[in-house]
Amino acid sequence: MLFSRLRGPSLAVLTCALGALSLSACATTGDAAPKTETASASSSRDRTMAPGLDGWANQDPYPSTYRGLPRQNMAIVGATVLTGAGQKIEGGVVVVTDGRIAAVGGADTPVPAGHQVVDARGRFVTPGIIDIHSHLGVYPSPGVQGMSDGNEATNPNTAQVWSEHSIWPQDPGFNTARAGGVTTMQILPGSANLFGGRGVTLRNVPSVTMQGMKFPNAPYGLKMACGENPSRVYGSRNQSPATGMGNVAGYRAGFIAARDYKAKWDKWREDGQGTPPTRNLQLETLAGVLDGSILIQNHCYRADEMAVMLDVAKEFGYKVTTFHHAVEAYKIAPLLAREGVCAAMWTGWWGFKMEALDGIEENAALTDAPEGSCAVIHSDDAELIQRLNQEAAAALSAGRRAGMNISEEHAISWITLNAAKSIGIDKETGSLESGKRADVVIWSADPFSIYARADQVFIDGGLAFDRQNPAFQPVSDFELGQPGFGQAAAGVAQGAR
Amino acid sequence: MRIKTLLAGAVAAIALTGPALAQDVAITGGQVLTGTSVIENGTVVIRGGKVVSVGTGGAPAGLRVIDARGKIVTPGFVAVDSGLAGTEVGSVRGSNDLANSANTLTAAFDLSYGLDPWSFTLPVARLGGVTRAVVTPRHVGSRGGGGHSHDDSDFAGAGDGGYQTPGLFAGQAAVIKLGGADILVKSKVAMTAPFGEAGATVAGGARGAEFVLFKETLAEVRAYARNKAAYDRADMRALSLSRADLEALIPVAEGRMPLIVTVNRAADIQQVLRLAREEGVKIILDGAAEGWLVADEIAAANVPVLLHPITNLPSNFEMRAARMQNAAALNAAGVVIAIKGNEGSAHRARDIRYNAGNAVSHGLPFAAAIQAITVNPARIFGFDGQFGELKAGAAGDVVVWSGDPLEPLSQPSAVLIDGVEQPLQARNLLLRDRYRTGGEGAMPPAYGN
Repeated sequence: MLFSRLRGPSLAVLTCALGALSLSACATTGDAAPKTETASASSSRDRTMAPGLDGWANQDPYPSTYRGLPRQNMAIVGATVLTGAGQKIEGGVVVVTDGRIAAVGGADTPVPAGHQVVDARGRFVTPGIIDIHSHLGVYPSPGVQGMSDGNEATNPNTAQVWSEHSIWPQDPGFNTARAGGVTTMQILPGSANLFGGRGVTLRNVPSVTMQGMKFPNAPYGLKMACGENPSRVYGSRNQSPATGMGNVAGYRAGFIAARDYKAKWDKWREDGQGTPPTRNLQLETLAGVLDGSILIQNHCYRADEMAVMLDVAKEFGYKVTTFHHAVEAYKIAPLLAREGVCAAMWTGWWGFKMEALDGIEENAALTDAPEGSCAVIHSDDAELIQRLNQEAAAALSAGRRAGMNISEEHAISWITLNAAKSIGIDKETGSLESGKRADVVIWSADPFSIYARADQVFIDGGLAFDRQNPAFQPVSDFELGQPGFGQAAAGVAQGAR
Repeated sequence: MRIKTLLAGAVAAIALTGPALAQDVAITGGQVLTGTSVIENGTVVIRGGKVVSVGTGGAPAGLRVIDARGKIVTPGFVAVDSGLAGTEVGSVRGSNDLANSANTLTAAFDLSYGLDPWSFTLPVARLGGVTRAVVTPRHVGSRGGGGHSHDDSDFAGAGDGGYQTPGLFAGQAAVIKLGGADILVKSKVAMTAPFGEAGATVAGGARGAEFVLFKETLAEVRAYARNKAAYDRADMRALSLSRADLEALIPVAEGRMPLIVTVNRAADIQQVLRLAREEGVKIILDGAAEGWLVADEIAAANVPVLLHPITNLPSNFEMRAARMQNAAALNAAGVVIAIKGNEGSAHRARDIRYNAGNAVSHGLPFAAAIQAITVNPARIFGFDGQFGELKAGAAGDVVVWSGDPLEPLSQPSAVLIDGVEQPLQARNLLLRDRYRTGGEGAMPPAYGN
């Protein structure tokens, strides 16, 4: 079984995942590895195809050029540290060496020589916030016609589109999100379609190109959508899907075709007989779901629909990684935990449509309760992404109102470590643990307070935002020369808008 | 055991809807934020549904006491630009009574007839400390205060961004209280009109058209007001508005009814201030995302502002200067501000306190933030001293909080409206309690109530 899978199309990705069990190892080799035809070269037959015709020969055609911001070794000392992995350390020390977390501990943790000491006494430190559901760059500000690139609403199955090809890196929303402590985002296509296309995970650094933000070696996600949106969009055009059952027929048809496509490629790779299959971007992405290299990120509100989607996954032999907008996750919390599926939720949004009617503030707390759960809080919004800590605070408060005993050091995982898990980057970031990327936020106060502000935000150990220093408050090209440009409002510079 | 559970459910169901009687009560021992001042270890006495005293003395003998020691006591919050009781589910057209699209009835649209005291939005808002609301007609400019819509609902034509605005005016706002079977406090408290990009759309596409049309319309209203008898005899030139709309606009033209002008661009704000001055119209700015650029002009005109303090993105070309510091800057310039909730303050009216907190973390003094969700909205709409403040003679709208009311980790432990203690229950909590054990008992959750 393992052997046959390894001979399948996604060899490179699987080798990485199985061999190293760590994205960091993949990152070191992946960054430097040649991008073409190495996987199946052992065969005697030459199966090299013309450039671009073999999707598995070059799995990374738009490679990350992310290099990280200038950084120095440092030790953040004296803060209350919420590690993201469940610990709370008073007067803690976070040692950052070469852009990675080198040590996290109490006040007695030694600070290595040559490390700059950052005094964070009276403040709080958390991992960088991760938003797994953002449309920054694809639905940027200004949200005007001509910039609305998030929904390829031309067919219920557009698995062939990649959100990274819509991203406008000059979206000012990246900067405001960073000022809210967000260091990593998954940018997804919209929810008009059953299969909306691939999402991409970004480092939240200013960049002229999308590739300069791309999180090295993060797995792709496939955006799927349940419910009202696809059936309304296509039903109103007298097309399928017009109903929930039409939605499910559409998913099944997509995966039937993908199974067939994958089998043809597997066979050709195995024996090299006959004409190679013709590359199909739509089916290639779905086949990537079937071989486990692309993670399902499924917009799905209702409990009953999530349960159906879990069965669709079983029918075709793939896994749902995360349900998004899982407004009714709390109704099936034990099921989600048993299946090992993450649920990404809001705290405050409810009632704007029928499938959001039963949204409750306690959703994260209740979904989080069973053993093995994976509760995540996400934004899907350019304003909310700036305040995911407050959305988590409101969820925590609702849980406590219900008499649940939930600590802040646990609740912070909803926007850090669990979020990282839900998009497959938890070996790399999401918690302050040795070896991980030094994505760190120093907060002015307890991040569960409404008054807390991100004072400094570090990405891979590089200072990406400093609330007190305009030199570290990036302003996008779009903002130059606009009304109010360069003016302080209430004494605050534009870069901290 | 089962009977007990069923009874508990029945009690909860009754508590959710059944009006209780006003009780005389004293709230003692808390830190009282009256709306304009702070009293440590204060006592708020309510009789006959109204506040009769606020001070430091003990509770009068014989009065029921709510112990607020270690807690914070505030007036109930006042939601402005709100959709409370006028909508149930955003995308369900039949459950929405906040907008009208008939072009024969625009200014005259009176949403108070459509407000539902049994709306499930009200108990949810009460849990966020909201006790009064200025319910305001929606129009094409109503969502001018946000980044990008969640969930693509707007893109797909649902959600509350899809309102059509048939004329210059979107109708008249009403004030409600969030308790009891008769929630209407006063109808027709203000007229509404979109300006800026949205208003231009109504007039034909350009801002210059809207201003001319606006002046022309007021001229017609005045002509009508002077010549009603001739109008009734059909002895008058044709007017563009229906008689009902003309009637509704008379108090606006005469400066007696405030006009809520939704506008965001600084340049548009300047134009609207000039228009109001020239026409003698009393206005309230709504939105004003770029207001800080012209804060002194707004202050000089003595015009209040309803704002969404977390609007900080250049979502379109009329809010390129949007900043988190807008509330702080306007307040510092002397502008009277009221802070809005999220998403039209219907389902998310409860977020008012968080928005106020974010204004504080971006420079607005705490006391000013409390005023912006209590005293100021009451004053802006002409209810000074009647609610939104803990002082003798005001309505007995009081909330007792476990801590700082602007903090998410604080929750209310008591909510009173007109002296009536409200059940801390809502549909969302019933759902919570039904599923808190995971919904996997021997019997389906539906048997659990």
